[in-house]
Amino acid sequence: MEKPLTKHITPDGSQLLLKNYVRYGGYQAVHKALKQMTPSGVISEVKASNLLGRGGAGFPTGNKWGFVSADKDQESSRYLVCNADEMEPGTFKDRLLMEENPHQLIEGIIISSYAIRSDKAYIFLRWAYKKSEKVLRKAIAEAYEAGYLGRDILGTGYNIDLYLHTSAGRYMCGEETGLLNALEGKRSIPRAKPPYPAISGLFGKPTVVNNVETLSCVPHIVENGAGWFKSISFTGEGGTKLYGVSGRVNNPGIWELPLGITMRELIDTWAGGMMNGYKFRGALPGGASTDFIVESHMDVPLDFASLGPAGSRLGTGTMIILDDKTCPVAFIHNLEKFFALESCGWCTPCREGLPWVEKILGSIEEGKGTEKDIEILKFHTWYCGPGHTFCAHAPGAMEPLQSGLKYFYDDFMKHIHEKHCSWKS
Amino acid sequence: MMAKIQIDGAYYTVKTGKNILETCLSLGIYVPHFCYHPAMGSVGACRLCAVKKFKNRDDTRGTIIMSCMEPVADGLILAVSDPDAKAFREAVIEGLMINHPHDCPVCDEGGECHLQDMTVMTGHNYRRFGFKKRTYVNQNLGPFIHHEMNRCIQCYRCVRFYNDYAGGGDLGIFGAHDHLYFGRHESGTLENEFSGNLVEVCPTGVFTDKTLKNHFTRKWDLTNAPSLCVHCSLGCNIIAGERHGELRRIMNRYNGSVNGYFICDRGRFGYEFVNDPKRIKKAMIRISKDREPVETSPDILAETLSSAFSGNKKTIAIGSPRASLEANFALSTLVGMENFYHGVSQQEHVLVKTAIEILQRGTARSPSLKEIEKADAVFILGEDLTNTAPMAALAVRQATRNKGIKKAVKSGIPQWHDYALRQLAQEMKSPLFIATPFGTKLDELAENTYRASGNDIARLGFAVAARVHENAPSVKYPDEKQEMLAQKIAAALKSAENPLIITGCHSGSRDMLHAAANISEALTLTGKKALLCFILPECNSMGLGMMEGSALEDALEQISRGEADQVIILENDLYRRADKHLLDRVLGQCSQVVVLDHTENDTTRQADILLPVGTFAESEGTLVNNEGRAQRFYSVLPPGASAIESWRQIRDIMRACGNQEANTWENFDRVVQTMAEKMPVFSKIKGHLPQADFRILNEKIKRQTIRFSGRTALLANIAVSEPKPPDDPDSPLAFTMEGSDEIPPSGLVSYYWTPGWNSYQAMNFYLDEPNGSLKGGDPGIRLIESEGGTLSFFMPETLPFTPVKGEWLVVAVYQIFGSGELSSGSRTLATRIPQPFVYMNSRDMETTGVQPDDGVEFILSGKTTKVILRCDNTIPEGIAGMSAGFPGMPCFELPEWGRLTKTAK
Repeated sequence: MEKPLTKHITPDGSQLLLKNYVRYGGYQAVHKALKQMTPSGVISEVKASNLLGRGGAGFPTGNKWGFVSADKDQESSRYLVCNADEMEPGTFKDRLLMEENPHQLIEGIIISSYAIRSDKAYIFLRWAYKKSEKVLRKAIAEAYEAGYLGRDILGTGYNIDLYLHTSAGRYMCGEETGLLNALEGKRSIPRAKPPYPAISGLFGKPTVVNNVETLSCVPHIVENGAGWFKSISFTGEGGTKLYGVSGRVNNPGIWELPLGITMRELIDTWAGGMMNGYKFRGALPGGASTDFIVESHMDVPLDFASLGPAGSRLGTGTMIILDDKTCPVAFIHNLEKFFALESCGWCTPCREGLPWVEKILGSIEEGKGTEKDIEILKFHTWYCGPGHTFCAHAPGAMEPLQSGLKYFYDDFMKHIHEKHCSWKS
Repeated sequence: MMAKIQIDGAYYTVKTGKNILETCLSLGIYVPHFCYHPAMGSVGACRLCAVKKFKNRDDTRGTIIMSCMEPVADGLILAVSDPDAKAFREAVIEGLMINHPHDCPVCDEGGECHLQDMTVMTGHNYRRFGFKKRTYVNQNLGPFIHHEMNRCIQCYRCVRFYNDYAGGGDLGIFGAHDHLYFGRHESGTLENEFSGNLVEVCPTGVFTDKTLKNHFTRKWDLTNAPSLCVHCSLGCNIIAGERHGELRRIMNRYNGSVNGYFICDRGRFGYEFVNDPKRIKKAMIRISKDREPVETSPDILAETLSSAFSGNKKTIAIGSPRASLEANFALSTLVGMENFYHGVSQQEHVLVKTAIEILQRGTARSPSLKEIEKADAVFILGEDLTNTAPMAALAVRQATRNKGIKKAVKSGIPQWHDYALRQLAQEMKSPLFIATPFGTKLDELAENTYRASGNDIARLGFAVAARVHENAPSVKYPDEKQEMLAQKIAAALKSAENPLIITGCHSGSRDMLHAAANISEALTLTGKKALLCFILPECNSMGLGMMEGSALEDALEQISRGEADQVIILENDLYRRADKHLLDRVLGQCSQVVVLDHTENDTTRQADILLPVGTFAESEGTLVNNEGRAQRFYSVLPPGASAIESWRQIRDIMRACGNQEANTWENFDRVVQTMAEKMPVFSKIKGHLPQADFRILNEKIKRQTIRFSGRTALLANIAVSEPKPPDDPDSPLAFTMEGSDEIPPSGLVSYYWTPGWNSYQAMNFYLDEPNGSLKGGDPGIRLIESEGGTLSFFMPETLPFTPVKGEWLVVAVYQIFGSGELSSGSRTLATRIPQPFVYMNSRDMETTGVQPDDGVEFILSGKTTKVILRCDNTIPEGIAGMSAGFPGMPCFELPEWGRLTKTAK
């Protein structure tokens, strides 16, 4: 099984230094891209590889790059921004890549910047990722010293500067346009689209924002070709994916696997199955803001296209498992508390609706809920739906709630009728 | 470009380039909204403007979209009354009501509350939320604005207006999620000069008018009238509201060509002088100069006036730049035009006359405030707009955005998409150049500033003109720094589509006006149409300036020489314009000094016959603003015995003297008619507004809404039977709620209300489109258009500034709070007037041995004044800036040379 992203990560969790990275063949893709390919050529290759964005939305990366008018005369700067603000609950894949193979990311950034003809790139890093910060600073310094960043890279005349910016700490900074506002020093509220960042992004210039994992795939695509990238996946979508599992399994963790493995395989083969005495009831396949999938979905491929019909989405690919000894209401309440506090406060349904949902769930959990409360919860899954709010935060928050109400309705009613939480006693 | 769209089954042909919400509002279709504001564009935050959009005729489901963020396009199919959209809008209000306090009965906004209107409009009425509401601690934001954060619905309009539109910096957003706080980092007076607009911009009662709280009244209980701000020469339109004989508050009155949606704080809060105890309530007569004035009966008064004016005495009259045209005209008719003098100093007289001449004979256009907003290159000479004409500063601030907006629109961003425009434009600005002796608030937007004396600023202006076109004369002894800057400014003006030059009277330099004229004439020679804006001292400086007559010094000279021994002074405190000792002597020389004014001042104290007249709130009158626009203000308080209109008072004097002319002046319209005939320069004023006999289906236009309450109770303490309501013979407005329900002609709008919209948002339906003109055209009529180029270039007259050791060239520093005569008499605003000061460069200050903020005495032309010495390093060495026109300061004719002495501790 090919594991391009993680094959050089050492078991002791230490960072891969530049000299070792190069020994393993690192930065060869930079040589290839800068010396043998044109920027539009790189874009074509990535388009052909069918690389879908690994930040959660799954947008075709090559297409996104194509929107930044690559072939026109460059009249203003462009920016490449790496979204390293990994704050989706349950997600810890980017952290692994940054802490342990930072040069893979830097290499991806250099090539991607070259593709969109940008001479400035930023890594926007989550506040809490202190170890990643240290690692990245060192790696960036190494890259500058070795001449992979800065002026006239490898004598090709291409310039690229890379800045590491550490966030002040809110979830909304992980939203593409919220990130751009935060990077500009403004409040981290999202921007309306259109205009898309490709037209007016960072500092009003054409900008591409990509996830850490997405960018980490780029050197491998350039080096081995789009065809190879497609071939290492189980589905038509290219490449491998870092899949994670958290919850009461025997072996929680992260594995790099071909895109499209099934939930059964992920949980049973790789995560060692459910712990003794715990039964699987459901999972959020891609982090907190995805819908529950249940036992009947065990054999659905975990890729971007297949989860839609199952009523969910792949998101970040890091799965949170609900076991039978955990109260589903408390589980969802915990998530909604996070979402309510992380609302930026810009638009009404999210700002006012999420705290109300959180309060109701708390009330139900305590045994003080009524049937009317269920009505109100259901109402909110419509009220805070896509298109009704300014960004995807509230719709995302509604995903575990609406699927939770669908699959665990009886558990909600149990709290209401028994007036206490039977999971707690 | 037009598009055909379908809304709720009906077809409309509409303009493209707009968003759906503003299109609906211009069609009179009610779409609830909060965060959209016509002047500030759309941001899509509140989600209240949701409507349903259908892909095509077969699409039965449709999608909910936010109408403020969606562009109009041909073939659009929309449903405003779709059940899903309605349910969603109701849900948005429910969300806002979760934390909203049950304050309506005690909230000042009630009755003109946008939130109340939207709640009723969406139909939300039942609380499902069963948990605790979040609360906040309020801040003391100063004497103008009251802060009540619990009521906030987080529409973000306050910070968007205060920071993005008005350039303020001390109102911020704190916190996140459902615990946002809009306030300052700590309690303290809001610094921005337009903070008062928060009162109207805020859709709830978070920001309310603190001065109104002193005499609170519900909106529906007010008697209103269309009026004009009298505190500067811009002539912003306002609505005055009164109840029970007391002027309660000032609100913005929309005029798409002038002030638009906003007014400045001086205009909004400078009204309290109307209610002040210092108002002259009764006519007083002084039998001889050494006796005290006493009240008098109407008969004795009439007799005294009659004998004073029909005898052999020679009477001269002194008019006023703060009195209406009709009052000044009546005065000139009373004494004869040859005996009518302008009550302004010679210096000011010359400057105003020069400005008028330049506008009439030159090729430049005098711009409206709206036109200033559209300028794409601006050069300001000698005017600190933020203090001398605040709304012009606000207009220039918007103008500097034009370059960035143009770029963003070219990239496909619609003009209403405010945040996206700003995002793409970033720091890009249209060129702005400011030449003043000291730093101004607009400096932050300027490409270059030039700090120098008025003469050097004028010289810079001449240099710019010479660089724009070679025919314009250049200055002798040019300064290299000036020349380089002149080159830059000339290039910017030449390459602009709407170049604008702003100057005015506040630097006291005629050369500066000449330089500005040269620049605009030079631009015309290059094929550009220049805009030339003169900022004048007072609300009717332009109107008075367009009349014949010479300056105050000539009037005083007449009296001194014994060629006149009676003087009648109209609404003018001469002690603000001439030396005290001179005035004491000259007025003492007159056998009769007749003064008409509304508030006690040094001149009224010299009156032998003192006649109380009404303020703007108790009169009808025409004022001509600096643009040359003649506008009308109407009385809101019925004129009464203690406050008769100036023109009427003068008419009565004329009638008492048997003057035939005055017999035809039955009402205000007749005065205007005579004035328009006698003075061709004012001929356009006649007929541009409906006359007093105008009716809509036999009904007058009401000053009161139909909800006005307490009509019989108001005066029941005086007499149980209800007296006949006051009549208004001078206008089509009625003092009661009996009148037409139609939207009145644009110049007669007294309040904003349409069914369902009780807040000032109802204004949207009085306009042809948001940000457009009032239906029927914006009120006011331009009197001055350039008559096409009989103006030749002016020659520079001044020499470069040379400092004098031990002395300073003292220049006038005007302050929005302090320099205005009337506004300074308003007690709340007066608390914001700083102590009289002099600004000086720190290096200069070191030579004096005085510490910053110490008190000193400044001596100019033999007069001394106590001031606080303050450090300002923007002001060049050798120059000092003195607060101008502050209460209690002697009259100086700045710029002037002065010295200082330390005051004993």
